This record gives sequence, structure tokens and C-alpha cells, in this order.
Amino acid sequence: MMLPDIPQNLYYILGAVLFTIGAVGVITRRNAIIVFMCVELMLNAVNLTFIASGNFLNSLDGVMFVFFIMAVAAGEAAVGLAIFVLIFRLKGTINIDDIHLLKG
Amino acid sequence: MAEYIWLIPVFPAIGFLINGLFGRSFAKGLTAWVACLSVFCSFVVSALIFAQFLNLPAEARVFEMTAFDWIVSGDFSTKIGFRIDALSIIMCLVVTGVGSLIHIYSAGYMHEDPGFRRYFTYLNLFVFMMLILVTADNLLLMFVGWEGVGLCSYLLIGFWYEKDSAANAGKKAFIVNRIGDFGFLLGMFLLVSTLAAKGVWTLNYAELQANAHLIGPCLAIPITLLFFVGATGKSAQIPLYVWLPDAMEGPTPVSSLIHAATMVTAGVYMIARLNFFFVMAPTTMMVVTVIGLFTAFFAATMGCAQYDIKRVLAYSTVSQLGFMFVAVGVGAYAAGIFHLMTHAFFKGLLFLGAGSVMHAMSGELDMRKMGGLWKKIPITYGTFLVACLAIAGVPGLSGFFSKDEILWKAFSLDNGKFWYMAFGMLTAGITAFYMFRMFFNTFHGECRASEEVKHHIHESPKVMTIPLMILAVLSIVGGYVGVPHLLGGSNRIEQWLEPIFGAGHQPAAHVASWSFFNNAYASSGATAHGDEAATEMTLMAIAVLIGLLGIFVAWFFYIKNPEIPKRFVKRYNNFFTLVHNKYYVDEIYGFIFVKGLFGLGKLCKSFFDEKIIDGAINGVASLMGGVGSLIRRVQNGLVQGYAFAMIIGAIFVIYFIVRMIP
Amino acid sequence: MIAVGFKWFIFSAMAIIAVGSSLMMVTRRNPIHSALWLIVAFCSLAGIYVLLNATFMALAQVMVYAGAIMMLVLFVIMLIHLESDLVEKAKRSFPKAIGAIITILLFVQVAAGIAAFQNVGKKGAITPEVMAAAGNAQVVGSMLYGKYAFAFEVASVLLLVGIVGAVVLAKRVRN
Repeated sequence: MMLPDIPQNLYYILGAVLFTIGAVGVITRRNAIIVFMCVELMLNAVNLTFIASGNFLNSLDGVMFVFFIMAVAAGEAAVGLAIFVLIFRLKGTINIDDIHLLKG
Repeated sequence: MAEYIWLIPVFPAIGFLINGLFGRSFAKGLTAWVACLSVFCSFVVSALIFAQFLNLPAEARVFEMTAFDWIVSGDFSTKIGFRIDALSIIMCLVVTGVGSLIHIYSAGYMHEDPGFRRYFTYLNLFVFMMLILVTADNLLLMFVGWEGVGLCSYLLIGFWYEKDSAANAGKKAFIVNRIGDFGFLLGMFLLVSTLAAKGVWTLNYAELQANAHLIGPCLAIPITLLFFVGATGKSAQIPLYVWLPDAMEGPTPVSSLIHAATMVTAGVYMIARLNFFFVMAPTTMMVVTVIGLFTAFFAATMGCAQYDIKRVLAYSTVSQLGFMFVAVGVGAYAAGIFHLMTHAFFKGLLFLGAGSVMHAMSGELDMRKMGGLWKKIPITYGTFLVACLAIAGVPGLSGFFSKDEILWKAFSLDNGKFWYMAFGMLTAGITAFYMFRMFFNTFHGECRASEEVKHHIHESPKVMTIPLMILAVLSIVGGYVGVPHLLGGSNRIEQWLEPIFGAGHQPAAHVASWSFFNNAYASSGATAHGDEAATEMTLMAIAVLIGLLGIFVAWFFYIKNPEIPKRFVKRYNNFFTLVHNKYYVDEIYGFIFVKGLFGLGKLCKSFFDEKIIDGAINGVASLMGGVGSLIRRVQNGLVQGYAFAMIIGAIFVIYFIVRMIP
Repeated sequence: MIAVGFKWFIFSAMAIIAVGSSLMMVTRRNPIHSALWLIVAFCSLAGIYVLLNATFMALAQVMVYAGAIMMLVLFVIMLIHLESDLVEKAKRSFPKAIGAIITILLFVQVAAGIAAFQNVGKKGAITPEVMAAAGNAQVVGSMLYGKYAFAFEVASVLLLVGIVGAVVLAKRVRN
């Protein structure tokens, strides 16, 4: 029997699964750095859908998006992690439940 | 020359700007020169235009020009435009002529005052605004002048603002005038909206006159009544006359220029200008006449019980303005304008004379502290006498011609009635009485002043007496432009104003029923002028006699038997107090309007404002605060809460997107 | 061209590794472990990119994400270095459990959307054959420096700002 080519929806489902895992991590974990990593995972899930869509539409725009998302993620990582370091110096912890500087 | 009409208001404006902007660095003399010259230049331009008009046929004596468009909105457009015609040239000549004289007089009168430059700046601004008022070619620009003179009046009444009484008098004048101006504005709105409904958008006099027939008789009455409310405010008629007596707090030349000669006649000018509306509303004409009559009478009686010279003159002004309104009310516009002119001469003169007396008496105004001044200040005395004779209607002087014209017209025209004239004659008699009461008390009898004041009495300098003399000459000869046909004249002023007011009216039919004198004259062949001449002659004689009687009574009471008035005052103390206190009109107004408004205001403040409005606002504020303190709990600063909220939002968004997929 | 069966094999393997290591990443208490699991997940995603004819992006994924960004994260974890604080206590939190369940609802929604989804987009010009002929990196590069040149420059400025910002923020203030 001849296998069909991999359907694109499968890629999207994989992206959705990874995204959801990341989102659950963001919601549940208390460690700021792990939350940050979950955000990165969510970004990657989206990247996957971009590249899959671009591939199935014979276009490079998806790849371009991913490129710039990576650039932004790199910048975000640099600044975000620096902020974590600062918060750690200020508060002595990076447990998200203990940090509410924005409390109204 | 008429195309230079715009120069007339511009000269005083230039004077105002020069003195207002650079006056600080000027010497006093230069300020006075600038001010007087600017007004005098306007006078010269007016005189040149007048001379040019004299050589033109009657129909050609009108010139309109547009400086530029002012308000253009849809179909409606108003221009800054000027119109000079037979009526406004008379006004220009009076305003600039009398204005120049009073400016010159002021240079002497105000010489020691620290506010000298401010005074002349305001005075120039006033003349500028007054000329705008009389030369405007549309109602809106006229209203600019109307408000402008009101402003200057306020500034100049409150000129010595350190005195509470002056500041309050200024405020009073301004507020009372505001009520009148409100009527003027409403009249203008009603007029524009009425005409606009018929498809005519204009405020220009000529176009209004052409389209006056579009206004139905039922709307003509409210429009003209509203305009008349404006006139009562500016021209101090019942019920809005109360500001004028208080306006005497200002410097005397101001009273002379603004509150006697020019500004207060603006209402008369306005009604004369809008005569084509007023003839459409006989009801309004009747109201104008009756109000004028009652104002004339009441003001005259109040004038009999005042001791302050300037107040007597103020009531006399109110009274004379009442006469003018009688004239325009019965439709004798030319007679009203004629009286306006002569009144400007002799009343301006009277005020300047009063100023001269004050100058001599070191600022004293109470006639009980004067007397016997005639030897010491002869020029003032002579000119004052001329003015008093003129206002009393002694034959040969200007007041006689104009007042008599009004009395005759009030009787003989279609709208005229006999009792108008009778009441007017009575008032004229009272006028003669109180003017000469003041005159005798001031200049004759014993000098009742204190010793140091007595020692100081002296004649005013030439800069003040020369305007007095010029005005005295004008008060004598000013009447000869309107000598009636009866006395062999041709009533030139009526002919002059014909293009504006229409031809002179023939006496109405009801006059003939009074011609029981005719038979007496018929035999002597004196009926060359028709049946009415005899009646007219008789009534004129009666009027003159009444005037002379008033003078005689004044002489009898105050020179011959000075005890009589004192006894009279003792005996009828209540009545005298009532009149002396101006019938308590101020108090009544104060109680009804001022107190009433204050009470209403307090009620509104305590109940409406504090309870309802503040309550609503504070309620809204506390509601916001409460909602905010509730919502604030959402902002707990925990990042995961925010992320969770985002996810819930995303769930909704995706739900809708998925639903949209077919 | 890769055979279809091999594609399936690679895809399944990579997908399972990616999902598994992501789950591990989310569940580890020790952040260092989490970071290492995440690196695994990123690498497996790079494999899937290769399947999708995006070899350049796969390399970039490995170098930038797995290499640079995760190294940065590891450095910061070690810099902060407070084991007792970093290792979370296993606390059961009721609201967070609710949040997790609702987030899974999100997944259900997305899955429903994907199931109903038909890709009806217009096909572009860059077919796998074109890419194979010119070389993946060249095609990406010409697009990046051609159509997307401005965005590329902006991204470079953004990165510069990120670097400067990170330095300024994390600099130890001496007082």
C-alpha cells in the first residue's frame, strides 16, 4: 500500500499540542525562568505552524516570519533574563507568586 | 468726499491707539492734543461730507461703502460697511462737534487728575464706538458700536474706581444696559429668523427697508418692541432709567458727552433708523409714546426734589429723552432728531457749566451750599442761563423750536392725541421750574458756601470757557434749522430728513375739530396756512406761557420767598421724601430683582447645586471609586493571572473564528 | 526526495520526542533539567523543519535557539544560583489546576478549528524544486536581503537595543 504524504493538519496539531503544553507551563509553574522557557516553547510551536503553512503554500514568507520571530526572541531573552537578574537582586527570589510589583 | 466716510470713525480709533499704547511716555499736553485733534479731524470730515451733500439733490444724499466682509455663513453675510445719509450725517456732526468741544473742555477740567491719559484714551474709544454706531450700514455693526459705547460708559462712570460709589455706579449702568442689550439682540434674532423664513438673509438697513413688507403685522410688533427694550436701556427710559442718575459718579465732561449729548440718544437714533419697521407696528408706537411721556413726567418730578446739581441734570436728561421718544413714537422722527440735536447742545452745555461750577466750588455739588455765584463766574453764569432758557422753551432759543415741534406733532399727527400734548406741556412746565430752581439756587441769592470755599471761587480757564461759549451760541442758533412754517420758516431739518422718514405729514383730521379759534382769525385773514395754523399758534402760545410760568414760580419760590419751599417741605414731608428718594424705585428694584435673584440664587445653590448637581457628580465619583476598588483586585500583580486572562480571551476569539469557518 | 515512508518515520519520531521533552520540560522541578529538556525539544523541531523544506531555518533553530538562547538561560540559572529557591516546592494550587484545565480547553478549540480547516491559500512560486535548484540558503538570503531588507535592518537595531538594554539592566550598581 502507498502511504499518503503527511497531511498538513498533523503539523498544525503538533504545533497546537506544543503550544498548549507551553501555555499550561506558563499558567502553572512558579519559577520565572521556567515560565520564560515555556514562552519560548509557545513561540516555537507557532514557528512550526508558520513553516508548515509556508511549505504547503510554496512560499517563503513563513520562513521570513520565523526568522524575525527568532530575532525578537533573542532580544527578548537578553532583556527578560536581565530583568530576572535584577528582580532577584531586589527581592531575593524569582518565584512568580512572590513578585507582584504591578499590584494595583 | 462721501467715499471717505470710513475716516470718520478711524480718526478717534487712531487717537485711542496712540494714547493707549504710547500714552505713558507722552506729556499731558501731547495726549490732550492727540485726543482733541483726532475727534476734530472726524468733525472736519463730517463737515466736508455735509457740505458735499448740501449741493446734491435730496435723493443722492446717501452713500454706502463696504470695507470688507465680516461674517459669511451660508446665505447670510454681514459686512463691515458704512452708510452716510441725511440722518447719520446729522448724528456724526453732533457727535464729533460736541465731542470735540468736550474733549477740549476736558483737557482743562481733568488737568490735575492722575488718570489723565487713561481718561482721554477711553474718551477716544467712546467717540470711535459712537461713530461706528451711527455710521454702520447694518444692525450687527451698529450693535458693535452699541456695546462699545456701553463698555466705555462703564469704564468712564467707574473712572475713579477707588470710590466704591463710582465702581458700583459703573456696574449698575453696565448691568441695566445689559438687560436692554438683551432685548436688542433678541429683536435682531427675531428679525433675521423672520426674514430668513421668507428667503431674505440680511441686516443691512437699505435691504431691510426694501424687504420690510415681508414681515407680517403680527411679527412686526414683537420685533419692534424688543428693539424698543434695547432703546430703553441705552436711552434711560422707564423701566431701565435707574442707571443714568447714578452715572453722574463719573467725571463731569463724561456725563456731558456720554450721558447727555450722545450715547443716551442712541436709542432714539436706532428707532429713527428703523422707522420703516416701527410704522408697521402702531401698537409699539403707542407704547413708545406712552413710555416716553411717563418717563418725561416722572423724571421731571424727581428733578424737582434733588439738591445735587448733576442729579438734577441727569433727571432732566431722562426727561428730555422721554420727549424724544414721544416724538418718534407718534411718527415725528424728524422732530425727535431735531430735539436730539438741540438737546445735545444745551444739555452738553449745562453739564459743562455744572463742571465749571464744581471747579469753582472745589468739587461741591450741593446747591444748598451755593448761591450768589453770578458775580464771580460770569461766563459760566451767562452760558448757563442761555442753556436754562433753551431747555425751558423760551422763544427764540433752540429748545423752544424743537420742543414745540414735538408737542405740536404729538397732537396733530394721525397717531397723536390731545392728552399726549397736554401731558407734554405739563412736563415742559415742570422742566422750566426745576431748571430755574437749580439756576437760582446756584447763582443767585446769598452765598451759603463755607469761608474757605468762598475764598477760592474763581472763573475757569479759557480752555474750559471757550467750549462753553461755543455751545451757548449753538444753543441759541441751533433751533433755526427747524423753524416751523407757522413762524415763517421752512422747517429745513424736516426737509433734510425727508429721504429717510418720508414727506412731512399733514395734520390729521382730528385737529380740525379743535379749530374753534379759526373764526377769530378768519376775519383777520391769518389763515394762510390752513385751518390748523390758528390751533397751532394758540397751542404754541400756551406752551410758552406754561414755560414762563414755571420760570416765574421758580423765581417766586427761591428768590422772592425762600421760606415757601421750606414750609412746603415741612408740611408735605412724606410726599417730598418720596420724591426726593426717587419714588423708591431703586429700593423696589433692589428688593424685587436683586434680592429676589439673590434669594433664587441661594436656593439654587443650597438645593439644586449642592444637592442635585454636586450630589450627582460626587455620586458618579464615588461610584467610580467603588468600581475602581473592586476592579483593582483584578490587578493583583501576579503575571500568571494576566496570562490566564489572555488565554480566556483567546478562547473566546478562537471560538468565534472557528464558528465562522463554513 | 525522501521516501514517504521515511518521512512518516522521521515525523513521528520527532513529534513524539518534541512533545515528550516539552512535557518533561514543563514538569521538571529543577530548572536546569527543564532547560536541557527544552534543548531536546528544539532540536527535534529542527528535524521537523527539515521535513518541511526549511533546512536553513532548521540550522538557525539549532544555532540560535538551542545554542544561543538556551545557553543564555542556563547561564542566568547558574548566575542566580539559589538552588533552594529555584527548586520549587511541589505545592498543589487549586486555581492553577483550574487554569491548566481551561488551557486544555483552548487546545480542544484549536484542534476543532484545525479539523475544520481547509487550506485554500493561493500557491506561491517557490516550489521545492526551485529551492532544490538554487539552494535553500540562497533563496532565503535573496528574499531576506531583497524584499525584507528593511525589516532585517530593523531587527538588527532591535537586537542592538536588546544587547545594550541587557547590559544596562544587569550591570551591578556600585554605590
